Amino acid sequence: MDQSYLKIDRVFKSYSKGPKTTEVLADIRLTIDKGEFVSIIGHSGCGKSTLLNLIAGLTVVTTGAIKLEGREVNAPGPDRAVVFQNHSLLPWLSVYDNVKLAVSKVFGSKKTKAERHDWIMQNLDLVQMTHASDKRPGEISGGMRQRVGIARALAMEPKILLLDEPFGALDALTRAHLQDAVMDIHARLGNTMIMITHDVDEAVLLADRIVMMTNGPAATIGDVLPVAIPRPRDRIALASHPDYVRAREAVLRFLYERHRFVEAAE
Amino acid sequence: MNVTVLKPAPSPAPKPAAQVLALPVVAKRPQWIAGLGRVLGESVAPPVVVLGVLLLIWQIAFSGAGSGLPAPTDVWEQSRELITSPFFVYGTQDIGLGWRVLTSLERVAYGFGLAAVVGVLVGAILGQSALMMRGFDPIFQVLRTVPPLAWLPISLAAFMDSGPSAIFVIFITAIWPIIINTAAGVRAIPQDYRNVAAVLRLNQIEFFFKIMVPSAAPYIFSGLRIGVGLSWLAIVAAEMLTGGVGIGFFIWDAWNSSRLTDIIVALVYIGLTGFVLDRLVGWIGRVVSRGTTE
Ligand SMILES: Nc1ncnc2c1ncn2[C@@H]1O[C@H](COP(=O)(O)OP(=O)(O)OP(=O)(O)O)[C@@H](O)[C@H]1O
Ligand SMILES: [Mg+2]
Repeated sequence: MDQSYLKIDRVFKSYSKGPKTTEVLADIRLTIDKGEFVSIIGHSGCGKSTLLNLIAGLTVVTTGAIKLEGREVNAPGPDRAVVFQNHSLLPWLSVYDNVKLAVSKVFGSKKTKAERHDWIMQNLDLVQMTHASDKRPGEISGGMRQRVGIARALAMEPKILLLDEPFGALDALTRAHLQDAVMDIHARLGNTMIMITHDVDEAVLLADRIVMMTNGPAATIGDVLPVAIPRPRDRIALASHPDYVRAREAVLRFLYERHRFVEAAE
Repeated sequence: MNVTVLKPAPSPAPKPAAQVLALPVVAKRPQWIAGLGRVLGESVAPPVVVLGVLLLIWQIAFSGAGSGLPAPTDVWEQSRELITSPFFVYGTQDIGLGWRVLTSLERVAYGFGLAAVVGVLVGAILGQSALMMRGFDPIFQVLRTVPPLAWLPISLAAFMDSGPSAIFVIFITAIWPIIINTAAGVRAIPQDYRNVAAVLRLNQIEFFFKIMVPSAAPYIFSGLRIGVGLSWLAIVAAEMLTGGVGIGFFIWDAWNSSRLTDIIVALVYIGLTGFVLDRLVGWIGRVVSRGTTE
């Protein structure tokens, strides 16, 4: 029995529509340690979301296995909380109630009502959203919604936090703020985090390791790049840090030289 | 919800305060009156004019001896009390049309209430499964078109008793659009909400109340709105069975004793009540699904 925290073992994933089968992921092997921050980067449509959904248990593997602390993952659960690309807050609930839905479900029997309230506020405070707790998602900005999505996920006290391009739709400034927020949370809570991104700078800034995926169909892990820059990391100081520049170059080289995105391949 | 409450303080105060403050007071009043005038002119006047013209045509067409239908003036002369005092009580069977409408509304409340509960539940179950939907949908589409009167004999045969049969007729008339619309709403629940529910491991009941109903609310309420209209349509058929003091039976009874003018007054009552019911359910739907649609 091996001791790895999250183990993705020879995972294949294909979708079949009638007689036609498309292989999306092929032979994915990856182990992730507890407390590690892993970024997954790759061209659009290669299967990053598919991989994340497999870890979340929202879709099932075709062959292979995903194990969390030695136990196989085959259904979704609050121990693997997801921050979705489009925030996925429930529009009819206030910010507070969106987080409350998760907290009541996960801690309904373990915490008293007052404790649950404190826990909700604590998580909203973590993303600096307590001031808008009574607002509906439709009344706050995109960046704020994404913050609430993160608070909701953190409030489940997950073993692993899965983030699917959480800042993809945001402007650069808001993005930078939220990246800092995520780094801060990771430093304070020490969660294991897996984050999909399109953004090379984001990957290098946040990750301990960058997983680079080849193009689909039958995408697999092309390379894994460790980023050995000490934390806390500061985006301005980092810009000229030799390790940062080297890591950035390596990712760019992978994406644009070795695995160029072939347009209209299908 | 008030969006402005938590917004930062408003922009700096205007400097020439006296001048600026005076202006809106003067400017706003005529604007308000003009607005009211516009509403009156655009929304109230046209139907009033059309109604007047129609009454006039009716009057001209059916006045004079030997015409088959009573003219508006005949209605006014012969059924004035029904029009002017809706809530008189002269005996257990001799009551104002307002009371009769309320009696019928109670009956509709039972039938429609039952149809709403069963329709939403059945629609929710069907909407969850594409296969079931494919199997049941054509059948519902056919049953939907059966007129209320046609359910009468079957209903009587099944229940033996006129009271439950009448409620069943209302129920069976109203339920189809509720099922069909709810199922469509459930199928339209975004995958994102389903994913959230899956990650939280919501059970079936939690999913129903916390995700399905609020998310499908606009669909459910459009079904309920059609349903309430249909159940009111079924009232005459239903009360042909039960007798008593409902507005539907009143029409049947008036027809049997040839009081045509009374029937005309009752029709107006039924029409107005149906209109109010329709608007009421529409309004509730808008209030309830405000969160879903924004
Ligand atoms: N349910 C499904 N049925 C069939 N094919 C699917 C399904 N979900 C995803 N795919 C296919 O799998 C491939 C990978 O999709 P995926 O969403 O994982 O890509 P991605 O890397 O997340 O892309 P992006 O960066 O644009 O989000 C795509 O070609 C897509 O068409
Ligand atoms: Mg994706």
